[in-house]
Formats: sequence, C-alpha cells, structure tokens
Amino acid sequence: MNAPNDSSARPSPPAGGRRARTIAVTSGKGGVGKTFISANLAAALTRRGERVLVLDADLGLANLDVVLNLHPKITLHDVFTGKAELEEAILPAPGGFSVLLAGSGMVEYSRLTSEVREQLLAIIEKVKPRFDCIILDTGAGISDVVLFAVSLADQVLVVATPEPTSMTDAYATIKVLATQQSRRVIQLVVNQTGRLGEGRTIRGQLQQVIDRYVSPLLGGPTEALKLELVGEIPSDPAVREAILKRQLLLESLPGCTAAKAIGLLADKLLS
Amino acid sequence: MSNVEPPGDLQLQTALQLLKQAGREVHVDAAPGSTAWLQAVVDALCELSSRDALTGLANRRQFEVTIVREIDRVARAGEPALVLMADIDHFKAVNDTHGHPAGDQVLKAVAAALQDCVRPMDTVARYGGEEFAIILPNCPPAFGHVVAERIRTKVSRRTVNVAPGVDVQVTISIGGAFAPQWVRSSVPLWIERADRQLYRAKAEGRNRVCLEPAAVYEVSAEEKSLLFGTSQFQDLE
Repeated sequence: MNAPNDSSARPSPPAGGRRARTIAVTSGKGGVGKTFISANLAAALTRRGERVLVLDADLGLANLDVVLNLHPKITLHDVFTGKAELEEAILPAPGGFSVLLAGSGMVEYSRLTSEVREQLLAIIEKVKPRFDCIILDTGAGISDVVLFAVSLADQVLVVATPEPTSMTDAYATIKVLATQQSRRVIQLVVNQTGRLGEGRTIRGQLQQVIDRYVSPLLGGPTEALKLELVGEIPSDPAVREAILKRQLLLESLPGCTAAKAIGLLADKLLS
Repeated sequence: MSNVEPPGDLQLQTALQLLKQAGREVHVDAAPGSTAWLQAVVDALCELSSRDALTGLANRRQFEVTIVREIDRVARAGEPALVLMADIDHFKAVNDTHGHPAGDQVLKAVAAALQDCVRPMDTVARYGGEEFAIILPNCPPAFGHVVAERIRTKVSRRTVNVAPGVDVQVTISIGGAFAPQWVRSSVPLWIERADRQLYRAKAEGRNRVCLEPAAVYEVSAEEKSLLFGTSQFQDLE
C-alpha cells in the first residue's frame, strides 16, 4: 500500500509465463562484497539450472564489469541513450549467466530522474519473461537510486560483515527499507565471518535492535520486521585470490569454503 | 542599466490593463517609463503570473519552481521537508447541486483555510481543479501529521455561504510524503508518493490524512549501544 514497492510500481507478470523473481543486493556500507556476492550467487544459481541475469543497478559507480573482467562495447548507457537495443546490451558472463552492465557515462544517471526510473522499469519488465532470477546489484549507501532499485525487487538481500561500521550501516539500510518501503522481511548475508555461527550472532544482534527500535515505527502492534539469515560466508584467502585474478570464485576455486557457502546461499534462496 | 531609456515605442497598455484588472496597479515613486517604474511593472507581472486567478494561491507554475528549489535544499542541507496533496471530497456534487459559481466560492474558502493553517515560509498552491499542494520546508516528521490534521479540521469546520440561506460544508482528503533527506529526489517521484497517500485517504473513506511513514535514516546512540553493547562483540574489535 505504501511507497515505491507496491504492486503498481512493479511490472505485471508476463501472460502465461512464470515471472522471474527479482533480488536486490544492497549493503549500506561499500566494500563489503556486494558485487562479489551478486556475481558468484548468479553463478551458483546458474549451476542449479536457473536462468539468471545480473543487472548493474549501481548506476553512478558501477563495477560489475571489473569483477567479471568484462570489457563491454555496449552497455545500459547505450540503451538509455537510444544508441543500442536492449538485446545487444545483454552479455554472457563467465559463470554462464547474463549481465546488463551500466558502463561508464552513467554518472549522469546517478540522479534519479523520472526518465531513469521509467527506463529501468521498462528494461526489467522486458527481460523478466526470459529469466528465472534477476539480481539487482545496487550501489553503496542509501541514495535515491539505491532505494528505487531496491523498490523494484521482490526480495532484498542485505550484505554485512562483522565490522561494527558495516553492521551500523546495514542496520540503517534495514531501517530505511522498513519505514520507507514497508518491507516486512529482509534477508541478511554475513560476509567475511571469522568463525562458524558468527552470522547467527550478528543476525540476533540486529534483530534485537530492530525489535526494539524499528518495528514500533511500522504503525501497528502486529507489524514487525523479520531479518532472515540466508547466508554466512567465511573469511577465506581464496576470495582475495579470485578477486585479484578478476575471476569468479565459483569458477576458479569452486571447492573452497567460501564458494561452498555461496552454494548454500543459493540453495537457501531456492528452497 | 539604470541609464538606459526605455524605447519610446514600448507598448505596455495590455500589461497595465491586465494588472489593473487583477487589482495590482503599479504604485511606485517613479515616473512612468523610467527604469524603476518598468521594474515595478515587470515585478507585478511576475507576481501575477505566479498566482492562481481564482484563489490567489501560488499556481502550478510557481509550485514547480518552489518544489525544485526545495529538493535542492533538502539534498544540500538535509532538512526534512513535507509535501501535502489535498483534494476536496465530492467536489463535483457541489458544482452539480449549487452551480459552478458556488463551486468557485468553495474553492476560494478552502484556499483561504489552507493558507490560514501554514507558516509564511510554506507554499500553498492550487495544483489543478479541486486539488491543492502544500510544500512545508523544515517540517520534522513528528509535526507532519499535526499540521495536516489541523488543515483537515479547519476546512471541515468552515461553512461557505454560497447563496442567501444556503451554506455548504466540504471536507478534504490529504496525502503526504517527506522528501528523502540528503538525497536529490525528483519532482514527479515526490509528488507521486504524496499522491499515492492521497488515493489511500480517499479509498479509506475521505476526510482523512494519510502520510507515507517517514523514512528513518538516523541511528541513535542507544541503538548503537544495544547493537554493540553485549560482550560477544568485544572479541571482534
């Protein structure tokens, strides 16, 4: 009923077809592994038979191309400016999934104008019938563009690390999403954990503060926000290795503990 | 600039007539045709072109200018700002029952009531038909509902005498949304959010206020201490 995430803001399902689910990956703080998780989760979902598209929704400061070591000739920017067709901008990525890269020159789109909103909406609507899962890799922070991109998604994945600054920013993001977009379930991935079970502890800490300070803001005694832990990715030197080589972890080191954890995250999202 | 003589063939009759008709005749201590006098004429025309002829409120054009400026200010200063969209309930019935002149009187009375309820810094505009828009700069979330309720109550208590012995009472529905602080929003997005709340107010039975819950960005010291207060986190530092 409220805010940009009601049904009127979302494209309707394609006639006769199953509609793709859209997942926004966001974090509050930058540098916590949002794009790394988006790309490797896409690879893991692809291995499980899903048709996956990752959309670089970090329009101002996109770097999905850097993570995937892609040098696209055609990007979302060209689609926005009418220089290319949408089809030409959907590129195959190393993990077997598809990507729509923002490309340079998108800085001008970091301001959320009605044109940008309509273009993004139209693009997502167009690609939905062809995929099972669309991952929106959003920017850091709580800007209008990030909030709008998140509002387009069915589910939100907030990435946090055990660092206090990351947890605080993740909490701020969760609070905004609950109050502004009437979200009642938000999914949490804890990245770079030091020991098993740390993700659960962090979820518990965040949930405790949410229960006390966020749920009472939601306008009803029965209204509550539930934070659901969907993944816990341990600190693993293999991650750094893969990132420096600009390869997908699931391609280069599929047997490492972090890659296995991303596989479990994919299983959880599909269950 | 002040030494430039206005061209002798300048035709201002239409402009002056327009101002006279609107009751905004130019009264300045300057000779007609002087630069100071021309400036006063231009100022008066600008003022006239930014007002709604019937109600005297800011018109749609002026509203657009003001809201763009407000969005800039919110993005720079982070002050909370609220936009309210108000619509007269069952206005068509007033026109149908009492005629359009009565409808105009109702519009004027509602406009005056709205203007009475706000601060000088706020902008009340006639947005179109029987819809009004109000921009409230520096309006903390806690006050939004109070202001909107005050406006709604004021209108509902006012009777408009539209003909001898005929009093009309109307109510308004109000929807509102706060601008996201520190963020450069867009005019259509902000208005759309307020409009959505207005539809909600209409759907829930009219004569009521619906505000989009204000997005809360701040994390207080208490929240942080609860987040990090327990001992299990100390080993992470």
